[in-house]
Amino acid sequence: MTTAESSTDQRLLASMLRIRMVEQTIADRYSEQEMRCPVHLSIGQEAPAAAMSLVAEPADYAVSTHRGHAHYLAKGGDLSRMIAEIYGKVGGCSRGRGGSMHLADPSVGFMGTSAIVGNSIPVGVGLGMALQIKAQPNVSFVFLGDGATEEGVFYESANFAALRKLPVIFMCENNQYSVYSNLEERQPASRRIVEVARALGVPALEVDGNDARASHVTVANVVAQTRAGAGPALIEFETHRLREHCGPNWDDELGYRKPGELASWLKRDPIKALLDSGTFDPEWIESTTADIRTEIDAAFRFAKNSPYPDPAELAEDVYA
Amino acid sequence: MPESNDDRVLTFAAAINEATEQAMAADPTVLCIGLGATDPGGVFGTTKGLVEKFGSSRVFDGPTSENAMTGIAVGAALAGLKPVMTHQRLDFFLLAMDQLINSAAKWHYMFGGQFQVPLTIRLVIGRGWGQGPTHSQNLQAWFAHIPGLKVVVPSSPVDAKQLLLASIHDPNPVLFLEHRWLHNIADHVPVEATPAQLGKARLARIGDDLTIVASGYLTLEAIRAVDYLSTRGVACDVLDLRTLHPLDWPAVHASASKTGRLLVLDSGALTGSISGEIVARVASEQFSELRSPPRRLAQPDIPEPTSLGLIQGFHVRSQQIASEALDIMGLSLADVAEHLVAPEPADAPGDWFRGPF
Ligand SMILES: Cc1ncc(C[n+]2csc(CCOP(=O)(O)OP(=O)(O)O)c2C)c(N)n1
Repeated sequence: MTTAESSTDQRLLASMLRIRMVEQTIADRYSEQEMRCPVHLSIGQEAPAAAMSLVAEPADYAVSTHRGHAHYLAKGGDLSRMIAEIYGKVGGCSRGRGGSMHLADPSVGFMGTSAIVGNSIPVGVGLGMALQIKAQPNVSFVFLGDGATEEGVFYESANFAALRKLPVIFMCENNQYSVYSNLEERQPASRRIVEVARALGVPALEVDGNDARASHVTVANVVAQTRAGAGPALIEFETHRLREHCGPNWDDELGYRKPGELASWLKRDPIKALLDSGTFDPEWIESTTADIRTEIDAAFRFAKNSPYPDPAELAEDVYA
Repeated sequence: MPESNDDRVLTFAAAINEATEQAMAADPTVLCIGLGATDPGGVFGTTKGLVEKFGSSRVFDGPTSENAMTGIAVGAALAGLKPVMTHQRLDFFLLAMDQLINSAAKWHYMFGGQFQVPLTIRLVIGRGWGQGPTHSQNLQAWFAHIPGLKVVVPSSPVDAKQLLLASIHDPNPVLFLEHRWLHNIADHVPVEATPAQLGKARLARIGDDLTIVASGYLTLEAIRAVDYLSTRGVACDVLDLRTLHPLDWPAVHASASKTGRLLVLDSGALTGSISGEIVARVASEQFSELRSPPRRLAQPDIPEPTSLGLIQGFHVRSQQIASEALDIMGLSLADVAEHLVAPEPADAPGDWFRGPF
């Protein structure tokens, strides 16, 4: 393995480990009843975010959804401020107004996440339009789930992006579920999201979203083409959410997944998959993990020590 | 003789479930549809067991497509079915405003009364536990503003059951607004499938000094306040509106003219609210009967923040209601806080509510 390859692997692994460990810590501490907002974890879905993290520039834009922790972190969002936001503290990235579902860090181009399915898709397209009008050589990443492709606004936004050849990358994480509803209950069996996108005039690619390397290569190629003026593209990452839809727990006992489905995805855990297929120096892994642990502990300390916003500030920010 | 049911207790959620089940059993045209309708959770328990009983052509989940699914339900209703649609949050339903307002609410009128749209849309209003700006909105005044829509706001298990039955039977589109803090409230509910009458308020407490107009969850807070007020020698009418459109104006006017004092509670934002409409009508039609200026308690004109730190005092609760009432009566507020302890933590209806939504 060449040094360049191993460093790509290392960067992907480090990015995924960081996201995983952050969310694992949220899960572990959720029952303390101090993170008083819904949380949607991406445990199992870290690879697309990690792939983007290696390709995105700070001046690129990104928007995401209710399940946005990974995307915020991968785009360079500040960890301490994210945790503080989940704790509802004034040091939070949205000053305690938005919670886990409303993360933003404009200093790194992360322009917000929305709790309404499909809501941020056109916003991401608008960011792409601004890049084009301002002739900036950047792209706009729009993270969305398979469920969001059922909203009319997805079609309308993709149409406009195609019409104007906007520098927008639709990052569709297809985890097969919208809450507890499988794709089978929502879309005809023969339907492929990539084909829908193509029919709308948006070139589209499918990739194993649990294969971090393949995801990275795909994102890198697509982004390079879009930066060169090729217009929008959609990447469909086939992946799986390992934990419950909303909250910290496992939920396989609810029986909405097919028997064996979770187990088979656990075998394809993106972190495990990369570890198994690469050569990583155990010492490097240990020190990387330790650094992440230290960073996370500091972030939770920051969050806990940050005060709640003063109720007197309630009316601030309603208008600019 | 049917089993005596005077003492049968159901939760608000179970009462909704029972009403839906009874309506579906009695009428094969009733459908139950919406994201989560067949989930393990069954929309907070309200749709549990229905798919097993009535099958997947009448009870089904669907794509995340609120606007299309609403229009599809309108079409189904035009063709003689009675869909009951559910949405886990009112906020999600905002994507369906075109089909609600331009189709559902207009079809009957626009074609000269040739069509009916017997569609019931259940919307859950999420509150507290960091539900935040887009999972907590109560836009009841918006809906009540649209001619052609009916807006129902139950506050108790029995009303949940009987008003839902009435909504399903009604030949018009009806929005049924369920406050998330009510789902676990339990009370007596008759077994019989007896519909209530839409447009009729209920006097939940009777008194000559002050009229408190409430609806939905705020009725519970009003009753707590009024029970305390009675120990202070203040006797209040608590009028639980039950429907916001049509609104029971005769009941509002009668109580206001009896007491001459009016306090209107509203769980929507103050500006442009239902409470504004009520105060306006009472003031313009009964001005000379009033002994003091009408007052309102509503949500501030501010999106609901997630932070527990910001949520203190955000929601109207019994302590505030009692204080406002005493102030109207010119009485001291001194010991209100002692008797109506502000809930802790402020972002939950009680200990049983432990997140994540
Ligand atoms: C407009 C709207 N409808 C419904 C919901 C409820 N909801 C929250 S997350 C979710 C699942 C969406 O699935 P998908 O887009 O695939 O994202 P995932 O949760 O799988 O990441 C749904 C239906 C919502 N938030 N907004």
